[in-house]
This record gives sequence, C-alpha cells and structure tokens, in this order.
Amino acid sequence: MFAFTDEQLQLRESVRRYLTDHASVRRMRELMDDPIGFDRQSYQGLFDELGIGGVHIPEEYGGAGLSYVELCIVLEEMGRALYPSPYLSSNVFAANALLLIGTAEQKAEWLPSISSGEHLATVALYEESNRSNVADIKQCVTDQSFTGTKTFVLDATVADVFIIVARDGPDPISPLRFWLARPGDANVHCAPMQSIDTTRRIGTISLENVQVERLGEATSDTNGFDRFIDFASVALANEMVGGAQWLLESSVEYANNRVQFGRPISSMQAIKHKCADLLLEIELAKSGAYRAAQAIAASDSAYPIHASIAKSAANDAYMQAAADAIQIHGGIGFTWDNDTHLWFKRAKSSQVLLGTSEIHREQLLDRLDLLEAN
Amino acid sequence: MEWTETLVRNEVRSFLETNWDAYKDLLEWRNKLIDAGWGMPSWPERWYGRNMPQSLQSVVAEEFARVGAVSVARTGIRLLAAETLLAHGNDAQRERYLRKILTGEETWCQLFSEPGSGSDLAGSTTRAELVGDDWIINGQKVWTTSAHHADFGLLLARHDWDVPKHQGLSYFILNFHQEGVEVHPLKQMNGHASFNQVFFNNAKIPRSDQIGASGDGWQIAMTTLMHERRNAGNIFVEARRRGDFNGPIYEQEAEENKILLEPYTWYPQRAGRVDLVLPRAKATGAINNPAARQEIAKLMIMSRCAEWTALRARAAQQQGQPQGPEGSLGKLAGSNIARQAAKVHTLISGVDAIASGEDGPESGIIAEILLSVPAISIAGGTDEIQRNIISERVLGMQKEPRMDTGPFKDVRKN
Repeated sequence: MFAFTDEQLQLRESVRRYLTDHASVRRMRELMDDPIGFDRQSYQGLFDELGIGGVHIPEEYGGAGLSYVELCIVLEEMGRALYPSPYLSSNVFAANALLLIGTAEQKAEWLPSISSGEHLATVALYEESNRSNVADIKQCVTDQSFTGTKTFVLDATVADVFIIVARDGPDPISPLRFWLARPGDANVHCAPMQSIDTTRRIGTISLENVQVERLGEATSDTNGFDRFIDFASVALANEMVGGAQWLLESSVEYANNRVQFGRPISSMQAIKHKCADLLLEIELAKSGAYRAAQAIAASDSAYPIHASIAKSAANDAYMQAAADAIQIHGGIGFTWDNDTHLWFKRAKSSQVLLGTSEIHREQLLDRLDLLEAN
Repeated sequence: MEWTETLVRNEVRSFLETNWDAYKDLLEWRNKLIDAGWGMPSWPERWYGRNMPQSLQSVVAEEFARVGAVSVARTGIRLLAAETLLAHGNDAQRERYLRKILTGEETWCQLFSEPGSGSDLAGSTTRAELVGDDWIINGQKVWTTSAHHADFGLLLARHDWDVPKHQGLSYFILNFHQEGVEVHPLKQMNGHASFNQVFFNNAKIPRSDQIGASGDGWQIAMTTLMHERRNAGNIFVEARRRGDFNGPIYEQEAEENKILLEPYTWYPQRAGRVDLVLPRAKATGAINNPAARQEIAKLMIMSRCAEWTALRARAAQQQGQPQGPEGSLGKLAGSNIARQAAKVHTLISGVDAIASGEDGPESGIIAEILLSVPAISIAGGTDEIQRNIISERVLGMQKEPRMDTGPFKDVRKN
C-alpha cells in the first residue's frame, strides 16, 4: 500500500520523459506572454502519445480506467515541470465533477470528449463571497437559469464547457450543486484575469439568464460539493509536492556550484541544514499526498481527513520550499531571469486555491470529531 | 535450508508446544531457547541462531506472543554488544560473552560519549596504554545508561595520539567489577538520573578483551551505532503486557524488567506524548480555542505524515531498494513532533503546565513532558548531526572543511 508498483513507476518515468522533451522552461517562458498560455500540440500529445487524457476515467467513457493514484502520479510530474495546460481544470476538476455527480447520460455525453481533448471543460467555484472559504457560495440557480459572475475560473478563456457551482434555489442554505452551461451560449462572457502565476491561467465568466443543466439528479446527495473539493484538493496537493521537489533539487544544485568565501555554499551548515529541513518537510507532504490519493482510490471512508492533511501539508511544504529556494539562491533568486520565481508563483497560487492551511487544519479537527462520533 | 514463513511458523510452533512452560525457571528456559536457536533465530547456527532471514523474525515473535512465551533477554544495550561481537569479535570472545547476554545473567553498557566528545565521537581522549598483557585505561565517559548495574561495557578509547583521530581508536570490553572503575549517577533537568558518569583510574583490560585490532575502534563503533539506530524502537520490546498469561516465570521476567527498564520510564514523555493531546484538549475545553486548534492540527498532520513516511521507507526496503537515510529523517521528524507536542501541551494547560508531581495534570506527566522533550533532539545524535547526514548523504551536498585532519595530538580540544 505504501510503495508504488512497477507499472506506476513506469508511468511516472514516461510522463517525466515526455515533459522533459516537450515542456522546457524556455518554452514555458514563451507561453507566459502568449494569450492562450499553453501549448496545444504538447497538450494533445498527452492524449495521443501518452494516453493520459482520462487516467482515472473508466474505459467505457474513453478513459484509461486507472485509479486516483495514477492520476496523482501524472499530476506530481506536471507540478514538477510546472507544465502549463488545462489538464487540471478539464481532465481532473471537470472530469471529477461529472464522475462524482453526473448522471450516466451526462458522463456518456461529456467524459469521452474531455478524455480525448476535444472539449476543454472547467469548474467555476469562486465568486465575491468565498475568497477564503470556498464553500461560502451565495449565487444560485433559479428555474434552471443562472445570472452572475464567477471569478478565478481556471482556464476560463480557453474552456468551452462550464460547470458552475451554485445553490439550488434562492434560500441561502439550499444545497450546492453543479450546473452545466453548454458551449456556444451567447450569454456567457469570458475575460482573462491578471494573476501572479502566469503558468496557471484564470479568468472571469459572466452569465446573463443562461439556461443551465443540473449535474446529477435533483435528489442526489448533497455532499457532492464536499466530495468534489476533497478530490480536487488531493489532486492539487500531489501536483504541489512535485513542484516543491523541483525547488529543492534546483537549490541543492545551485548551492553545490555557488562559491563564496572560497568554498561551495553547500558546505555551509546554514545552507545544508535548511535543505535537510526542507527535504523532511517535502517527504512528509509527499506521504500525506500519496496517502490521500490511495484513500480515494480505495474508497476509504476516511478520505476527507486525508484530503485535509494532504492539502495543508502540501501548502506549507511548497511555500517553504519556494521561500527557501529564493533565499539559497540569494540576489539572483529575486531576478526575473532566474527560474525560481516561476515555481514561487505557482506555490502561491496553489496555496490559496481550495483553501489555505488554516482552513484545512480547522476542517481536519472537525472531521476527526465527526469520525469519532460515528 | 531455505526458510519460508510456513516452515518457520510450523517449526517454532512445535518447539513451543513441546517445551514452553510458564512454570520453568527463567534461566533454564532461556538456556533451552539458546540451544534450540529460537532465541535469536537470525543469528548464525554456530552462535545460538538458525541463520534465518531478518524478515521472518516477526513470525517467530508472533508465535511466542500467541502462547505468551518469554524470549531471551533483549532489553537495553545487550544486543548492541552481541551484534558487535558477532561482527567483529573472535570465537573466544563470542564463547565467553554471547550466552550470558541472552540469558540475562550479564548486563552491558556503552562507553562512547565523553565530556569532551559528544557529537564528535571520534574525538575521544580516554587513554588506552598497553603495559605487559594488559591495557591500562584512564579517562572519563558520560551519558552511560545502566552503568550502575552493568557487568561489562563497550569501550572506545585512544591508543595512538600521533595519527589522525579516527585511526587512533581501539575497541575494548571493560569489566566493571574492578577497583579502577567508578560510577556516579548523572542527574538530569527532569529530575531523573538514567545516565551515569564513569571514571577510569588505571582500570585494567586483558589483551584478550580487545575487539579487533588496534586502530579498528572507529569502524567497530560504527557497527554498534548502526544497530543502535536500527533498534531504537525496540528497546521496550520486552515490556509488552503479558495479558492473561500466568506463571512464576513472568514474575522473574517482571523483576528483571523493573531494573532494566527503570532508566527508560521517561522516554515516552521525551517524545511528546502525542496520544494525550486530543483527550486533554477535550477535557480542558481547549479544543474550542481556534488558536489551539491550529496548533493541535499541525501536530496531528506532522505525526501522521511521519508515520506514513516511515511506512513508505519500510515498503521500499521490502521491495529490495537499499536502506536509505530514513533513520535520520525519522529522527529529525521525531524531534519536530516532540517540540510541537510540548508547545501544544503548554497551550492546553495554561498555568497548569508548571504544576508538577501529584499537583500537576496527569499526575505530573505533562510537566515531565515539558522537561524531557529537550533531550530528544540531542540524544542518539543531535538534530544538527542528523541534518549533516541528510544533506551530505541524501542530497549530495558538500562537507564542511575540517580543522581536525592532522595527528590527533595537534588537534584543538576542549
């Protein structure tokens, strides 16, 4: 349970090789100035060459039928490479919403085209009221119609299918549900938002009396939102530990080569102890992220506890790695030309998306209590 | 013979069925175990073992536990001594010492640390001079667990001051029952005195009790320390509850444990007692304080992630990947967890944190935690030494320039 299988290790290896070949930092820097922000060709290659468009999507819906563990391996490698693409928004978040909540017909209609890259889908969570706690959503759908603006929508300007999270009716305690807005609706307007993390694009979408379709049945369970957020947090946590590992490796390499006072700075305890502490924090965060992925794959009912642990540990490890990496690099680490800031910015955008550590720690204690009560 | 799990289980089960008897004398039973090779089955057949792979040891332990059978003596430093003798001793030494280690008749301690060489173990200045057929020992050791009732000590001492420091060390078996050895307890800040200072004033060691050759001391000490790190979690192994089993042999065992485990009663407190945090937070109402909740959750996250990291390391080893520096990572994680636990216990307790003994929460256990945690990041290799090991051996970072490479007599000392 705590070791990856040979097949999983091979998957990691092939994704890493693909991203090394197709997602260099130089290419990423070009894309940072590009309005689209990702490389369609290399993104399409994930489907055509690697076959990882729908890692955890069942084969009947055009996916590879593997588990959440394999999905998280792919994400960890993407996080390591800081690969800019709509993979997280479309192939993970939107696919998860359909898998967790959608009816059989909705899955059959949308999952194959998401798995093949034909459609790009995204889930719109944020609005004015839920910047800190993502669950504090106020906007609602009435009579299958939605009017409002969603913000911080991942890959909003390239997506053609939108899944909006809104309350089912105007009552502020009515359940949160997922609503699908079909491509090509003239009353859906998207605009890019400026972000410090140009490797992960965000935007706003404004909808004006748009007819939306509810995912799942009206009677379907109301925990769908929590499940979605937990699954998404675990996916993001695994992406994050990959990025943290890259920062550590690049810092160690720099410290081994950088000479001051007549010796490499990696021989100084002030530097090497920082790196040792960082390795420990990253290893613990990896264990949390891997354990949570396993819990989801095994349908372990304690997965919400593991999700909170995973996101909180990943938040803290990634931000620590980012801050330490700049410190170890010294002045050069604060320049635009050095690559460290690209990972720093991703660390920051990942830290605040889907809940800061404080939110997840609070949730963890609630959930432990709940587990005990049951 | 090729050992399999089924084979081991059947053999040990049939041995216990025929021989185990809680009404036997402890010494008699252990001698029987030693002769049969079921005391230390992973040891060579020539030396009371069965050449069994380490991985099957747990099967033997399970079968012993199933019938409540007492095993050979394992508590404390004795097994480090035994493993060191197996690796580097000669047959005469193994013949003389191994059996009585396992029967529990003779107790051992480790004479490594000195007032002037703590983290820098190879800086030992305890002097060993060969006079006739005896080594004459002068100097001082410290942090010696169980020295006050030890029969023998594993001694690291310097015989040559003209070579670099790691090359001038030798390794000896020191008999405590002699005039030149004095033991004084060392009282710690938490009030316990689990360690000792040991003074040598022309103590004598016969040549036959030197392990390895002169100059091999450092290398042999590394073997001892490797086993110490590996066994760190097993020191309480014999303190398991015997549950519903009855018989006079358990009284003998309990009597032995009372003495041997006495120095370790505060060790769980040293690790922070994470197990007490949630129950106490609920009992005191601190569970409703948002600031306390954050710190409690941090502790839970650290401690669970550390457990999973240890399991990952074990799983990787079972898959045949070489043993990594997980020991150092785990030790560092343990320090962080203990410190965070002490912080949380303080937060939960408020002024109660300073009330000790019967006046304190949990009958003084909380106060003992707060006064014991500072030891965990020092004992068995400081956090700073662990960080050196991790950064150099895992991350491949460079060593610090050394000031102590010449002949030891010229190296600056305390």
